Amino acid sequence: MNLYGEIVEAIKGLYSLAVGMGVTGRYAFKPQVTVHYPRKTVDNIATYSGHVELLPGAKNPSGTDCIVCGTCARNCPSGCLDVQVLELMEENPDPEKKPKKIKKLNALMYDYSYCSLCGQCVENCPVTALGFSHHVYWAEFDRKDIKMDLVARLHEQLKTGKEA
Amino acid sequence: MTKETLCGDFYTNCFEADQEQEGRLIINMGPQHPSTHGVLRVIVEMEGEYITRAEPVIGYLHRMHEKMGEIKTYHQYMPNMGRVDYLHALAWNWGYIGSVEKLCQIEVPRRAEFIRVITCEMNRICSHLVWWGAYLLDLGAFTPIMYSFDDREMAVDLLQMVTGSRLTYCYYRFGGVRTDVTDAFIEGTRDFCKLMKRRLPMYKDLVTDNYILRKRCEEIGVLPLEMARRYGATGPVLRGSGQKYDVRRSEPYSVYPELDFEIPVFSECDAMSRYRVRVAEMEQSVRIIEQALDMLPQGDFMAPKAPKRIKPPKGDVYFAVEGGRGKIGVYIISDGSTTPYRLKLRSPSYSNLSLFAELARGTLLADAVSILGSLDLVIPEIDR
Amino acid sequence: MNSMIQFIPLELIHILIGLVAILAFIGVNGLALVYVERKVAGFIQRRPGPYEVGPWGILQTLADAVKLMGKQLFSPSGDRLLFWVAPMLAFAPLPLLFMAIPVGKNLVAFDANLGLILILAFSGLNVLALCLAGWGSYNKWSLLGAVRSVSQAVAYEIPMLLAVLAVTLMTGTLQLSAIVDAQGAWPWQWHWLTQPAGFIIYLICALAETNRAPFDLPEAESELTAGFHTEYSGMGFGLFFLAEYSSMVVVSSVCTILFLGGWKGPGPEILGFIWFFAKVYGLVLLMMWVRWTFPRVRFDQLLNISWRWLIPLSLFNLLYVAAVVKI
Repeated sequence: MNLYGEIVEAIKGLYSLAVGMGVTGRYAFKPQVTVHYPRKTVDNIATYSGHVELLPGAKNPSGTDCIVCGTCARNCPSGCLDVQVLELMEENPDPEKKPKKIKKLNALMYDYSYCSLCGQCVENCPVTALGFSHHVYWAEFDRKDIKMDLVARLHEQLKTGKEA
Repeated sequence: MTKETLCGDFYTNCFEADQEQEGRLIINMGPQHPSTHGVLRVIVEMEGEYITRAEPVIGYLHRMHEKMGEIKTYHQYMPNMGRVDYLHALAWNWGYIGSVEKLCQIEVPRRAEFIRVITCEMNRICSHLVWWGAYLLDLGAFTPIMYSFDDREMAVDLLQMVTGSRLTYCYYRFGGVRTDVTDAFIEGTRDFCKLMKRRLPMYKDLVTDNYILRKRCEEIGVLPLEMARRYGATGPVLRGSGQKYDVRRSEPYSVYPELDFEIPVFSECDAMSRYRVRVAEMEQSVRIIEQALDMLPQGDFMAPKAPKRIKPPKGDVYFAVEGGRGKIGVYIISDGSTTPYRLKLRSPSYSNLSLFAELARGTLLADAVSILGSLDLVIPEIDR
Repeated sequence: MNSMIQFIPLELIHILIGLVAILAFIGVNGLALVYVERKVAGFIQRRPGPYEVGPWGILQTLADAVKLMGKQLFSPSGDRLLFWVAPMLAFAPLPLLFMAIPVGKNLVAFDANLGLILILAFSGLNVLALCLAGWGSYNKWSLLGAVRSVSQAVAYEIPMLLAVLAVTLMTGTLQLSAIVDAQGAWPWQWHWLTQPAGFIIYLICALAETNRAPFDLPEAESELTAGFHTEYSGMGFGLFFLAEYSSMVVVSSVCTILFLGGWKGPGPEILGFIWFFAKVYGLVLLMMWVRWTFPRVRFDQLLNISWRWLIPLSLFNLLYVAAVVKI
């Protein structure tokens, strides 16, 4: 390249640098786009799928619809759900028949540290007893602590009447 | 101190044994180095500032995804796909779902196909935006990544609206998608397309035209087409070398044949042409999204006859999609049981990385950083 | 007692007062500039910058300084003496540099008639500090950073000196206050109009001399992890940081004195120091703005800019000035 060409290129280059500085200079006076986290929170948590939760049942609003089939635990890729069954004898049994056993959901232990939020349990539940919560800020200091009994959580929620 | 106590590990010793000339500086770039984007390690032999030999060492992030595929059922393996390449998770989703659908011959409703196209292209824009910012961070410009993340935030918010997650999506299902798109999503996506059309010229002003950047990218890391083919490079790396190869066009899948878009090709073969390919791809993705939104039909988002339990017939299947980094291939051999007999993932970053050793020879250290950035590597995808 | 004071030369008291004021200024200036830099970066990137500590986060850098002082001083297994001498060597010449800078009329600690030479000579010590830091760190990245810093400094001292020389040729003095006096109160009476080439060359060299982006190759975060200060922790790093921000002010001050009329400006001369600081911090802001906009240049390009462009240009500039002065 000859000298003249190089000089022209250098001047063009300097101009491109000035254009770049113009862009950042302009943006410096535009409003900020960040959310100041602990003071404010983002407004689209409602669409975010947090951890799995038991939903209040359609048939049984004071508890869960769960029929203790164990599909959720079987389908989970990471085995983070543990269905603990309470077997009860039927109340007021028919004296002529053998007393029936009723299976009730005692506890649904959920290990969030393994969960990958894939939604297999939610989709495969035959009675739609599971859903995603919007509780996105769940954090613990120890991996061992990030576990929860979803039944207890559901009862807590129903008692206080608010979505935690 | 003797030489033996100074350097311990296997790779360094092997690398040192091959040294042609004594007294050259052997230096470890990574696994904790700011510009290797994760835990890639490159052993570099240097003569002054010039690199005489470079060798990538991989495996720091190996999670045995292929082995996990053999022990999990077809449904259970789905969330793994979002974690192979976290930047373009939906393309991997699609690669796996598509191959199983092909194996079991599951019909996908048209609406679901269009939703897949829209979300996958959105995710491609996100992926390229992250690459764009990170590449400039490698080159020493701190501000662009903040601007690109600002735009990406909007796209990620939109994807969150339908998928429920922000990075490691698990959205596609055998025979459709998990949830239907809402009107708010469609409106938001149109706004996002408009925003991107405004922002791309700004990116051009700030970065693409910048003299310093052009000098850092032009004629750096010249990758001739013959060499790119030899290493099996795909995606923007191959298209930056002048080969018009895009899985969306050459092995069409889904509804891509109905959409009108171009495949950007630049034949300068350097880092700048790879850069330009990606920026042009963002424009094309915006074009695809707008068309797909216009063509979005009504109907099911999930095939009504989609099986709840996948038990494919015996046989094997290969299905490829175009990811942000190149050709994503999933090869499944089924023995007729509920888990695959073997599952092979063809990850583009792995092939793209392998050409780095040859490309970096004889360049300056700063150029090697630029080349590594221009290949757009995602380390989890290399190690799988 | 009175007679005792009479034995101490007045000059010495003057210098001592100046030195104390300067040391205080260096500390406060370092804290303030780090804060400003982070705020500028924040605004350019459309985020608030420091926010939590104190109103608008103004105490953030103070908190950081306290943290740095509280940190363990870790030394690698290299040459410990050189390793710890380096940050002190980076910091020690700074008070000397500030002493020779006239802030306002008669507001100078030590108005040497070779003030310019003094500043240029002592600012060269910074290279030695970076070199020692890289060598003493016993780290290959640091070593590369040190090598880069030396060749960069050598390359950029020359055009800087030539640009400065042109001004001294015009004014015929090396005394900084005299150079200021040669310029008028209004912008069109300053030297930047009579020799714009020298002004631009000096600005570019100033960026390179202070290792600021886009010429921050000795630390080059994405290439050399952190370059020469990779291994430094605590106040060792803090001193390098302080030295960087102080030398930014020094080069801006010299630029102001040589090209932008020093403390001269419209208004009473007693308020000249306001003009001076306004100009200096304007230049510092410009340097920050540049840093947060551009990518880093490559090493050979950096040297090419100096040897192929700046040195010939500054030589031409010198010739032009010589011709103007002669005629």
